[in-house]
Amino acid sequence: MATQVTVKILRYDPEKDKKAHFETYTVEADPLDRILDVLNSIKWYQDGSLTYRRSCAHGVCGSDAMRINGRNRLACKVLVRDVGGDAGKKIQIEPMLGFRILRDLVVDMDPFFEKYKSIKPYLINYEDAPASSERYQSAEDREIFDETTKCILCGACSGSCPPYWAGPDFVGPAAIVNAHRFIFDSRDQGAAERLSILGEGEGVFRCRTVYNCTDACPRNIPVTKAIEQIRRAMLYNR
Amino acid sequence: MYRGQSGMWLWILHRLTGVGILGFLFLHIADTYLVGFGADYYNELLFLYKNPPFRVLEWVLVGAVLYHGFNGIRLILMDFWDKAVDHHKTLVQITVVAFFVVWLPAGFFMLKPVFFK
Repeated sequence: MATQVTVKILRYDPEKDKKAHFETYTVEADPLDRILDVLNSIKWYQDGSLTYRRSCAHGVCGSDAMRINGRNRLACKVLVRDVGGDAGKKIQIEPMLGFRILRDLVVDMDPFFEKYKSIKPYLINYEDAPASSERYQSAEDREIFDETTKCILCGACSGSCPPYWAGPDFVGPAAIVNAHRFIFDSRDQGAAERLSILGEGEGVFRCRTVYNCTDACPRNIPVTKAIEQIRRAMLYNR
Repeated sequence: MYRGQSGMWLWILHRLTGVGILGFLFLHIADTYLVGFGADYYNELLFLYKNPPFRVLEWVLVGAVLYHGFNGIRLILMDFWDKAVDHHKTLVQITVVAFFVVWLPAGFFMLKPVFFK
């Protein structure tokens, strides 16, 4: 049954505003509506200037990561009832921390993707591929990095990480997760290069084991665990 | 503001206690430095440590050292023990309980001579 939901959104228009400010909207929404539906309703029927990213709207593309009631979530994966919107609680929506705000809920992801690229997120193998077959891998070897293949690069983990907010050069949990995906891949030969990059001052040892990233990941990737596995790979393989 | 969970609050407290301990270290270096000018100067300053409110602060300092130490052990376990991450919540609970189990009796023994003579 549809109810009136109050939504407080942090708005910022670089052409008009000196700094971001909150605006409040009342929307008719079903408890099973997603926060993305609520944002769409505001944009389509109340204020067309509201700006946010969204693409697949089904938790796969990772476009709509934002801070919902103080925690990074995908707007397409959180229901109104999950955050108590149907029970009269105000829903607060803000852009992610640690990123420059371009407009409203849209943040500048360029530095994030530069950091992602810095850890060489592709298969490195210096031997020629077998002419007649693929590079085989056992199910057990594939299992080792299964969790970190699930990353959709939404940025929810990096945007929840205090060292990432504080240090503009820290590669951040998302880049580390994607490094993990290749470092522990039995077909890859670039582990030493990646471990060397991540062993620098702005690599894995910047992590303070805060756990916000693990909580924020919409794909339930055990991010802190992946970071710790890379740390141990460095500590024990020297 | 980000609504982090237990790990975030433990991290903030770890930072605050670390800075607090460092602050005390500077004070301690300053008062020990006075010995260089003669015992009288140093003894004069000791009234500070005998002051009841300062004793409460010393108890807080002991708390800071204990918390920083217990939480530090938890963090070391995270780095070196591969199962530690799976037991994150249990380790957090053990850290908090261990802290209070030591800190509260320490308060009794430290504050008793000053407040309950």
